[in-house]
This record gives sequence, C-alpha cells and structure tokens, in this order.
Amino acid sequence: MTSLPAQKSKKRLGLVIDLDICVGCHACAVNCKEWNTGGYHAPLTDTNPYGADPQGVWFNRIHSFEVANDTGGRTVHFPKSCLHCDNAPCVTVCPTGASYKRAEDGIVLVEEAKCIGCKLCSWACPYGAREFDEDVGVMKKCTLCIDRIYNEKLEEVDRVPACVSTCPANARHYGDFNDPNSKVSQIVVERGGYDLMPEMDCAPTNKYLPPRKPQSGVKGASLPDADNSGGFLGWLDRLLSD
Amino acid sequence: MHPAGSIILFTTASGLGYGLLFITGIYAALVPNSPSPTFGLAALGIALGTVTLGLLSSTFHLGHPERAWRAVSQWRSSWLSREGVLALVTYVPAAYFAIGWVFLDTDIGAWRTSGILSALLAVLTVISTSMIYASIKSIPRWHNCWVPATYLLFALLSGLLWFDALLRLFGHTQQNITLLATGCVVVALLAKWAYWRKTDNDAPVATIGTATGLGAKVTMLEPPHTGENYLLKEMGFQIARKHAVKLRRAAIFLTFLIPFCLCVLTLLTSGTTATFSAILAAIIAQTGIVVERWLFFAEAQHVMSLYYGRELGNEAS
Repeated sequence: MTSLPAQKSKKRLGLVIDLDICVGCHACAVNCKEWNTGGYHAPLTDTNPYGADPQGVWFNRIHSFEVANDTGGRTVHFPKSCLHCDNAPCVTVCPTGASYKRAEDGIVLVEEAKCIGCKLCSWACPYGAREFDEDVGVMKKCTLCIDRIYNEKLEEVDRVPACVSTCPANARHYGDFNDPNSKVSQIVVERGGYDLMPEMDCAPTNKYLPPRKPQSGVKGASLPDADNSGGFLGWLDRLLSD
Repeated sequence: MHPAGSIILFTTASGLGYGLLFITGIYAALVPNSPSPTFGLAALGIALGTVTLGLLSSTFHLGHPERAWRAVSQWRSSWLSREGVLALVTYVPAAYFAIGWVFLDTDIGAWRTSGILSALLAVLTVISTSMIYASIKSIPRWHNCWVPATYLLFALLSGLLWFDALLRLFGHTQQNITLLATGCVVVALLAKWAYWRKTDNDAPVATIGTATGLGAKVTMLEPPHTGENYLLKEMGFQIARKHAVKLRRAAIFLTFLIPFCLCVLTLLTSGTTATFSAILAAIIAQTGIVVERWLFFAEAQHVMSLYYGRELGNEAS
C-alpha cells in the first residue's frame, strides 16, 4: 500500500552526514555501488561503461559546493542519497504499491516486481534520490543497505550501510533517530543537525551537520615587520624602499 | 522536465477525446432530436479512439507496460492510479452511450443518461490527469491550481472545436456550438496567460542555500559526475529562454489567435467555407495544444536541479 504507515514507526533508521569532516573522496559512493550492484537492487546497471559517454545508476552522489563567508570561503563536499523521509512524497504518488515505507524502521523501499517504471516517484522526490534503471525498466534507490544492517551472516560491526562502513574520515553515522540516546540523536543535538530543503515538508530522517565555524584565536602566520628591524633585513628593506 | 513524446501524446489525445466525449454527452442529453447515428458514430468513434490512443501511448512511457494493470490498485493515495481507474470506468457508460446512439433506434432515456454519466466521468478523468502534475510539490510550475484549470479548458476547447467541425461536416450546423467554441478559445487563453503570469513571477520555493543548508552564498564547485545521468536527462532538461519565448508565441497563435479568427469566419460564413474553416480551426488548435504541452514539460524546473547549481527561475538564456 502506498499510503504512508498510519502510525510512526518504532524505529527511525537513517544517516547523519558531517559536512565539516567529509573530504569528498567519493569512497562512500563507490562502496555503495559495489555493495548494491550485488544486493537488493542488483544490478546497478552501467550503460556504455568503457565508452565516451558512460552512465549508470548510483544511490549516492557527492556534490561539491563553494560557500562564501566573511573570511573568504570554503569548499563543502556534500554526499547525497535517499533521506528516508517521514513524509515521503515518492511513496504516495506510486500507482502500484511498489514504492513503500516500512512501518517497522521507516526505510523507504521499491519492490521491483511491482514497479511499472512510470518514473513518477523520481519526479515527486525533491532531492533527486531515485534513479531509473533503463536496462531493467524499474526505479531503484538507496535501501539503507537493508541487506547488510539485518544480515546475521555478517559480523555485528559490519551491520551498517556500506557508505558508513567505508568512510575513511568518519563523516557518516548510522543509527536510530527514535532513540534519544543513540549516537545519531546525540550528535544531531550537539552539532545542530538540520534537514535539507525544509520547504518541501518531507520531514527527512537523514540529517546533515553544518561545517564548523573557523576557530577563534588561530591566525595565519604574518610576515615579520622589516621596518623596525636592523641588520641585514633592515638594510635590504631600506635599500628596496628607496 | 524532459518532454517525453509519449506523455505529450497521452495528455493531448486523451484531452481531445474526453473533451469530445463530454460535449457529445451533454449535447445528446440537451438536444431533443439527436443528429444521425452516423454522426454519433463519428463523434464517439473519434472521442473513444483518441482516448484509447492516449492511454496506450502513456503505457509506452513505462519501463514495464505489461504490469500496467497494477496501476489501478493505489487509488487511495495516487492521482496516477485514480486517473487509471477513472479512465477505465468511463468506458462503461461511454460504450453504452455509443451503442445506444448508433444502434438503438429509439430515443430512450437510458443511453442519454449514460451520456451525461460519461461526460461527468470525462471531467473527473481530466482532473485526475492534471492532478498527477499539480500534486508534485518538487516542480513549482506544476504545483498550482492553474494546471487543472488549463487541462480542463484545453480538453474542452479541443472537444468543442472538433464537435463543431463534425456537426458541420454531417450537415447538422449549430451556430451556438461555434459561439461556445469561440468563447472557450478566449477563456482558455486567459487561463493559460494567468498560468504563465503566476509561474513566471512566483518567488523561488527553494534555493541552493536551503537545498544544501549552507547559507546564502553557495555555488557549485564540482558536479558529482562528469557525464550525464538519469536525473539530468529526466529532470534537468533545460530549454533556452529565447526558444521558450518563441514557442510560447507559437502556442498562442496556433491555439488561440488563429482558431479564434477561424471561428469568427465560421460564424460569418456558411456552407463549405464555414465547414472548412471549422475543421481547420480544430486541426490548428490541436497543433497548438501539442506545442503548449511540450512547453508545459520543457519549462518546468525540478527543485533537484538546485543540487546541480541551477537556481530556480534561471532558465538557460
């Protein structure tokens, strides 16, 4: 049923992405592709992979932005994948019931066998989180690695989404947002985690942590004032100033 | 948004069909002596034919057309599903209406009633079609009440123009229908003008700053991929502003100004000239509606484009 679950799910599983730490290495996107091309939505088709115009299905993509501020600006690497919204418009538009939100943990999934490939869900998502597999003719999306997080064949430490397990900078965190004591809940409170595009009223589960402000008291090295110095530098300064 | 040929054909052909079904149903109920069975066959044949053509065309857009039957299941939440259900339900009274008119040589009320029922269902189906688009908040140009208004008026316009042309072709000339069509041209133009005015002037619903949460001065440094992808092909479609202006002008001429003049010509003349100009008006307006529908998709920006560094309202110049 493509109506959203009537009651709030017991668990709300999702990700916290730390924009202060992300170095834009794309490892999360690559590991996501690697895991998921053999996982629930296998394969993540690539068309013309070795040609001049390679294209393919990815669930996680790393955008890079430049943010201007008082002291100049900074580069912010910005990984984006499905936010598993509470108020997911991609679910309610689905005419077949293929797109649904799980009542138990809030994960938004596509059941491929029911998908007719009308693409309406990808139009409804404001975040561009769903990608159509033209080869298979169905819509595909991030599953929060549902085939890892509940996989008892894996070591417990590995039961996290592929993107989280691979991040070399520890910029990605996974957990239950309904548990106020979970790491993700606490880090969001501590660091002011926020929703993307709140105007769309999607109530995304995933949160983003803003880049930290530059620390006060740390100044860039300044050149020694040659004016007041005697010796060789003073002599050189006087010579060049004439 | 990518203007897919299959969807443009779907919305314009089914719009024509439902418009024609609507006006035929109402006309049969209101006018005591209905025109000949051959006229009924032509009008309802074209109406149901174009509706069917449109619905079949919409399945070509699907990745899995053989699963299309599943689309009637989620009518509680999905406008696309509602549209599918209503389209199928409409066939039942429409078929009885057509059979009654063409084959049952009696003036019984049952097929006239089913004509009114078909007209009502035709309106509801067109509203559902328009709501597929109007319900999508991520596409600001579509998320407003002018979308259902223009879809309904455009369906009525093509229905009226074809109905008028057919009446004249079969020798059942009705000046009132031509007058109605002329009025509909004007109202449809005003509605489309209001749609453009509103959607051109609306403040952007979101910015790159709110999409990323990074504040007011954010620009894209690097896209996430060097080539194209599904998102950019489907939702990042860009139309050059100068082309959009030209195409809007073409849509206004073809859908409104030329058909309006031809309608006036039809009213002022009689016989072959009037019939010919009524047919021409219907054909030209239909072409204009296709251009308008192409623009409806091509001009619509998706908020997802913000993540690719394109602010809303800044079409490529």
